[in-house]
This record gives sequence, C-alpha cells and structure tokens, in this order.
Amino acid sequence: MKIDELQSVARKIRARTISNSHLTQTPHLGSCLSCVDILVAVYFHGLRIDPRNPTDPDRDRFILSKGHGAAALFQVLALRGFYPESMLDSYGQDGSVFAEHPPAPSHLPGIEAATGSLGHGLPMGLGMALAARIRKKNYQVVALLSDGECNEGSVWEAAMMAAAQRVDNLLVIVDFNKWQATGRSEDILGANSLPDKWRAFGWETHEMDGNDIGQCIEALSRIPSRSGKPVAVIGHTVKGKGVSFMEDDNNWHYRIPTAEEVDAACKELGVVA
Amino acid sequence: MRNAFADEITRLGAADPRVVLLSGDIGNKLFDKFKQNHVGRFFNCGVAEANMMGVAAGMALSGLRPVIYTITPFTTTRCFEQIRVDACYHEAPVIIVGTGAGLAYAELGPTHHSCEDLAILRVLPNITVLAPADEMELRLCLRAALGLPGPVYMRIGKKGEPVVHKKDLALEIGRSITVQSGSDVCLVSTGTMLPVVLSAARALAGKGVTARVESFHTVKPLDRHTLADVFSRYAVVAVVEEHSRLGGLGGSIAEWLAAQASMQGRLISFGTADEFMHEIGSQDYARRRSGLTAENIAGQVLVALGKAAS
Repeated sequence: MKIDELQSVARKIRARTISNSHLTQTPHLGSCLSCVDILVAVYFHGLRIDPRNPTDPDRDRFILSKGHGAAALFQVLALRGFYPESMLDSYGQDGSVFAEHPPAPSHLPGIEAATGSLGHGLPMGLGMALAARIRKKNYQVVALLSDGECNEGSVWEAAMMAAAQRVDNLLVIVDFNKWQATGRSEDILGANSLPDKWRAFGWETHEMDGNDIGQCIEALSRIPSRSGKPVAVIGHTVKGKGVSFMEDDNNWHYRIPTAEEVDAACKELGVVA
Repeated sequence: MRNAFADEITRLGAADPRVVLLSGDIGNKLFDKFKQNHVGRFFNCGVAEANMMGVAAGMALSGLRPVIYTITPFTTTRCFEQIRVDACYHEAPVIIVGTGAGLAYAELGPTHHSCEDLAILRVLPNITVLAPADEMELRLCLRAALGLPGPVYMRIGKKGEPVVHKKDLALEIGRSITVQSGSDVCLVSTGTMLPVVLSAARALAGKGVTARVESFHTVKPLDRHTLADVFSRYAVVAVVEEHSRLGGLGGSIAEWLAAQASMQGRLISFGTADEFMHEIGSQDYARRRSGLTAENIAGQVLVALGKAAS
C-alpha cells in the first residue's frame, strides 16, 4: 500500500474507534488515537503476517504492550481480515470476547499476548525473540509501549536482558504522547529522558514522528538491526491525534464522546464511521 | 534435591531440544553440565524475576519448554502477577521451580522463607502445583510436568534431603503415592516432610497405632479420589506440610472436606504459624518451632484418636 492509502486506512480506523467508544461507552480514546498510525504501518505494511494463518510459526509478532490501546487494535485486526468486521458488533455486549484490553491469544486471532497490566509485553516479546534464535527462525518481534508504561520496572529488566543477549530481532516503539492517565509523563516520572534511557540501557535508539506513517514504516525496517542490538524508536505522538478537539487534551484518556462529538470527529477525518 | 534437579533437567534437555533453562542468578556451577551440553539454551536472567517469567512465557508461546529456577520467594511472590497473567492466563507451558521452599533456608531469615507459595499459586487457573518429597519424586514430577500443556509450579528442597522411595517408583500427577499402609490413622504428607511423617508413623507404631502414609506430591489438582477413600476409612486424617497452616494442602483439603455430605474422618493439620519467624536457626530448629517433628505429630495424632490426654 502507498502512503496515501495507509493514511486513508488510519483515518478510517480513527473514525471507527471513536464511534465504537461512544457506542460501547468505553474509554482510552486518546491513547488509541495516538498510536493508530503505528498500528496501520505495522499491520498493513511492516509485518510478515497472514491473517488466514495467524499462528504460522514463522510469522512476525506484534505485541500491543500498551494494552489500553486495544479498541484501535481490534479495528485494525478486523480491517486486516483476522476476523470478520461483524464480530465487532459484540463489542461492549455481555459475553463478548472484546474486553477493553487484548485477550489471551487463543481467544482472538491476531493477538500475540494478553496485555493491559503494563510492563508485560516487552518481557514476553523478548522471550519470543530469543525463541527465534533458539529455534533458528528469522521472524521479527515488535512491541508497542506507552510512555506511561515505561514507569514499570519490568520494562527495564527486559531492556537490560535484551541488550545483554544482543537480540537483533526485537523492536520497541514507544508511543510517546507525553501524557499518562493522570498527568504529564514528564512530571510524573521524568519521561523526557526516555531516548537517553533506552540508549543507556544498550539499545540502538532513534526518534521519529510517530504520527507520520512513512516514519513508522522506516522504524519497522530497522530490524533485524545491523548494530546487533535491540532497537528502540521513540515515537513522538499527539494524544487524541486526528481530531482537533481531542488532540493533546488528557481528558480524553477517560472521556466518552457524545453522538454529536462523534459526528464532528468523523467530519474532520472525512470518514463516515 | 537441587543436584537431582540439575541432573534431571540436563537429561531432559538432551531428549527434548525445546527445553530451555532460565535461572535468576543462582545455581553457580550447578548447571555447568546443562550449559555445556545444551549450548544456547541456558539463560542467566539476572536478578530480575518479573522479566524472567515474562521471557519464559514468551518462549513457551513460541514452541519452547522453558524451565525457571530460583529461590522460592523470588519465583513466586516476587513475580506473582507475571505468573498469573503471562503463564496462567496464556496457558503457557512454563515450569516454575522454587528451590529451598518452606523453611529450607531457615537460617537466611523470613525474606527467604516460603510458607505461602502453595496457597497463592493453587488459586490460579490452569496451573499444576507440585511438591515432590524426595529426589525420586522430583525426577518423575519434572518428567511428567514436561508432558503437560500448561504451566506448572514445583517447590523443591535444597540439598541433602533423604531419599525415601525405591528406584522403581511410578508417579502420576494428581494421584498421591501410598508409601505405607495402616489401619488406625492416615498421615498425608506433601513435599519434603515425608521422612518426618514416616518417622511419626514409626513412633505411632511403637504405641500400637498403625498409620497409612500418603505422599501428596501433587497439591493441585487435588487427589479427591484418595481423599474420599481416606476420609471414609479413618477417624483421623493428619496433613503435614512445611507451609502455613493457612491455604496450603491442609487448607485445600479443608475446602474439599467442607463440601462433602458426610465424612467420618476428622482433619488435623500441621504447618507453620500465621507469623514471620523472628528467631533464626537451622531448618530443624524452625521445624521444631513449628511443631513439624515426628514426636509432635505422633503426640497430636494420639490425642485426636483419644489415646492420650491433650
């Protein structure tokens, strides 16, 4: 897919995610919108995956370690063909497989790890990356973390081990939208030094505009790394990206849009949700 | 027991190329043979147990059979959420080994005691909980665990535990082993308490009381079949574990027993008190302090049978 087509997919995913938030009264919209461009680059361009064979042992793996972005991921997986889009009609209904976070892999095609409790996705991704080495496979592993998630100690435990093991098939993308649930991530635990931290932990570290799909694609092409190190790309993003009245407003971490706000958002995105 | 574990996992690693061993910076030299024989399949994960558990789950989800080894509190309480989410929720076939369980590290102080691991792990869905009595049970438990589709927790001792069983032992997960038969009382042992329990049985025999001894190497799934048998057959069933009297095998049996319509047997349990042990000493000292001695077990059983004054 060309960049403009991917951008069109991203707009569609944003509109659907916003509409779904209203319909199902589920939160985390700001966190979903900030990472849509990364998700689209991963699933529609970067990863070697086959939605018809989601458990292929040779597939690339993507873990949404910031599990509260699940509402966007569920839309991406449906649009990519992992399951029928009609399955999403059950979202928010009693008995649905769709929680506000990704379920265990055996319950939904396309999911590699159940996340939502933060700081779990990277250790598991590291295990998958090491397994490729042991089993002599050449798949790549991508984990998407949030800046708030980097509060968790287990992230840095995994960062140390990945560097020590010189794992070259592991990419961390940090969706650095400068906010976490209740405030600026810099004010809470000093997130502005994230690039320095990853570098100091022994990772090949880059920064990018994480809302630029072209740059997201470039980030995905950095593994397997030529440096032999694991790769961290800090993606500077805007929370609530794509809708003017949601952008960089942390109220949308928990706020649910009204029907009128959904219409206004879809109009801005140029998409009928 | 840890030497037997190292030896057995090295053998199993030869038979199955999916076996990977992860250690939390302990076992210096213990795994030299594994490292030598199975290059690239041993990982010293450092003092970072939360990550180690997640890494193991990721490996298990990618077709490997990871085995985690470190001192019990650090592979259980330290990373409980990783066991719950990464291993159990994902049904990832990770084998978690806690060495020096119970009071095996008594002299290291309460930070290194583990008298709550059975209680907190057995409530997790999908997990199998094992507590082998000796080297023989350990080897068979480990082999059987590798054949299971989900996560397994196994608590073991450290070193020098007496071997109770003979070489031709057969073991099935979820079925206790009848170590000796007897007609007056049933003693249910789990983990490395077995030699003490057998000694209690000998003390009882000296008083004319014959004891059946069961080794519950499996704490979960609970062997309801054997429990139904012994509680319908004996007036007293005594459970002995190097674990808190709250929530362990005794607690699990009490939950089961309370739901039975009518059972003849009375349950008495032996374990550690609901407190941290501030007086430091050897494992024997800690066991004596907790009443986990042959004399105390035999004496309390005689009281329960009405053959001695309390």
